[in-house]
Amino acid sequence: MTDQRSQAEIVRQSLKRRYRKERRFRAYGVLAIAIALGALLTLFTDIIGKGYTGFMKTTITMDVQLDGEMMYLDDPTDERQIKMADFVEPLIQALIKEIPGATEEQRNQVRELINPYASVALRDALKANPEWLGTTQTMTFLSHTDVDVYVKHAGDAAYSIKLNDQQKAWVDELQERGVIETSFNDVFFSGGDSRDPSKAGILGAIVGSLLTMFVTLILSFPIGVAAAIYLEEFAPQNKFTDFIEVNINNLAAVPSIIFGLLGLAVFINLFGMPRSVPVVGGLVLTLMTLPTIIISSRAAIKSVPPSIREAAEGIGASKMQVVLHHVLPLAMPGMLTGSIIGMAQALGETAPLLLIGMVAFIVDVPDGFFDSATVLPVQVFLWAGSPELAFIERASAAIMVLLTFLISMNALAIWMRKRLERRW
Amino acid sequence: MKLNKALATAALAGSVAAMSAPAMARDTISIVGSSTVYPFATVVAERFGTKTDFSTPKLESTGSGGGMKLFCQGIGTQHPDITNASRRMKTSEFELCQSNGVTDITEFRIGSDGIVIASSKNAENLELTLEQLFLALGSKVPVNGEWVANPNKNWSDVDSSLPNKPIRVMGPPPTSGTRDSFNELALAAGCDELPEAADLSKDEHASICESVREDGAFIEAGENDNLIVQKLIGDTNMYGVFGYSFLEENADRLQAATLNGMVPTAEAIAADEYPVARSLFFYVKKAHIGVVPGIKEYVDEFISNAAMGPNGYLKDVGLIVPPRDALMDLMDKAEGMRNLTLDELK
Repeated sequence: MTDQRSQAEIVRQSLKRRYRKERRFRAYGVLAIAIALGALLTLFTDIIGKGYTGFMKTTITMDVQLDGEMMYLDDPTDERQIKMADFVEPLIQALIKEIPGATEEQRNQVRELINPYASVALRDALKANPEWLGTTQTMTFLSHTDVDVYVKHAGDAAYSIKLNDQQKAWVDELQERGVIETSFNDVFFSGGDSRDPSKAGILGAIVGSLLTMFVTLILSFPIGVAAAIYLEEFAPQNKFTDFIEVNINNLAAVPSIIFGLLGLAVFINLFGMPRSVPVVGGLVLTLMTLPTIIISSRAAIKSVPPSIREAAEGIGASKMQVVLHHVLPLAMPGMLTGSIIGMAQALGETAPLLLIGMVAFIVDVPDGFFDSATVLPVQVFLWAGSPELAFIERASAAIMVLLTFLISMNALAIWMRKRLERRW
Repeated sequence: MKLNKALATAALAGSVAAMSAPAMARDTISIVGSSTVYPFATVVAERFGTKTDFSTPKLESTGSGGGMKLFCQGIGTQHPDITNASRRMKTSEFELCQSNGVTDITEFRIGSDGIVIASSKNAENLELTLEQLFLALGSKVPVNGEWVANPNKNWSDVDSSLPNKPIRVMGPPPTSGTRDSFNELALAAGCDELPEAADLSKDEHASICESVREDGAFIEAGENDNLIVQKLIGDTNMYGVFGYSFLEENADRLQAATLNGMVPTAEAIAADEYPVARSLFFYVKKAHIGVVPGIKEYVDEFISNAAMGPNGYLKDVGLIVPPRDALMDLMDKAEGMRNLTLDELK
């Protein structure tokens, strides 16, 4: 009797300690999640805080007098004349007219407010509309990057303002009158790279990424799935297949730069394929994602219950029919999820692309698999290393675009798993 | 079965074709090389692309050495047409080129770049001699005639005129061309001013005079110079080593240390008066002219007055442009496309 009571006593005594232990353990868990979320939040606030201004452009709207004499141009359809015409002068004159008090002597200071590529825009507009010659048109041009930085970041210690006091006063006034405005930066989404931050766009990198990912997908998915099916369903269990299995797992852990070296040696040096093209990038990333896809596809095949196979075999299906008609459709959601995650990983990769020349300054938006191209993370890398401060916000904005892609790909994977996965 | 056979044949044919793929025709100029020249060459490439009907050249920043290796790999459109360098071609690289059939090369010296030691405007500015710089950053310094691991902790340990603050300098990693130039032009030059350096053998000279201390006083900051700039602004005890263009871009927040009494200005660097200045180059593969369209026109654009003249757009991005007569020489060179010879490099 006393013995029993004492045992209950022991339990009661230790109970408090055990509860405490459990509470502590839970607190550790909460803390771990808080740290992870905190890190993520810091990352996002930093990127969004730095980068949201990258989605805005600063423009100057003014009445440009397209005087043929001033531009040395009397026939805008004549290529020779276009080449030798002066498209800067009308812009300077138009802006001087907008600024009361600005004189002809200050033309250089006025010129420094206009984007150096505005004259190219004017040239192209005239080429497209030759009838504009001799008229006055209200046109909108990008401002100079220094103006852009001043308008967005005056007073921000991270940026240096390169305008002088006179120019600052002008810009303030023009902004008040609505001549200088900020609006959504469509240039960022419609152009290729540029060394002028105001003109730099991300479309080239997006298209490059899509082309590269397409090559990666159409190669790695069928090869990965076929390899997984063979290893899981047909291959005999012996030392050789064990060896292959170990090596696939090893390959999944090989640093990606090694695949870049392999790509350089095999695709470029041996096969003589061109540098910097999406095909080679896709091939290299295929090598990198293959192990991930094979491993996840094998896991998906393994999770198909044996009863399905046995039932199919029981009614006389051949091995191939069992696999193609029953196992594969049921394993497909898992395979797709694994592939999407592998693709998302490949989308964020820069290191292997460095060696095959996809880390490059490419202005033209690629229009084929054999056109020089770069990819989104490379664009971020290149902008982050540029001396121009205005590229900081472009780099952060590009990170946001890249993250949007990654998050949507992962969301798609989760949605597919939820939607298609069969539970047994 | 028939289908499978057809597929297998197609796959085989495809792989054979890939194996023997001849060099594909290319209509975009391919440029590789120095990351120091990259910001200038990209601006030229972009202007060239908008001005002419040729497509915009493609530029890879591979470093000077990496660029030379790719450039000298051979003739054919899978190899680059032009390589940029922040130093002159080495004789070994020239020989590599020759042995791979790249015999006709034209060299263009396009201007200069200076390496500066900068700090925040709120920090105490340094006035250094190259000798003091070596004593502060060299891995081994002479103490009583013996070469020992650098004992100097504070700048004032090097010379009493310098601030009594710990030596902390951020700079580029050994893979960078800027670091090579810094070691060679700043440290080795400072080392040579020490009387003890005269007794060093050639090997000892290379290992002692051109190496940076590794005890934490010199901090390697990766290739991203913007990062160094950010650090300097936040920390007034820190000094940073980088290219002149980054100093110019942040001129309102950074100041540069004087070296041997010289302030790094564009004029002083162009005139070679500032001691840590180097020349920038690009090399053209003549065999590709006429094969890849636009090479000659690109060269013309690069050396034009609009780009490299005293009011040129390359000046706006921080290139220290050559004087007028050097520019005229470049133009003559571009017209004749004279071959580089081994003797010139020796």
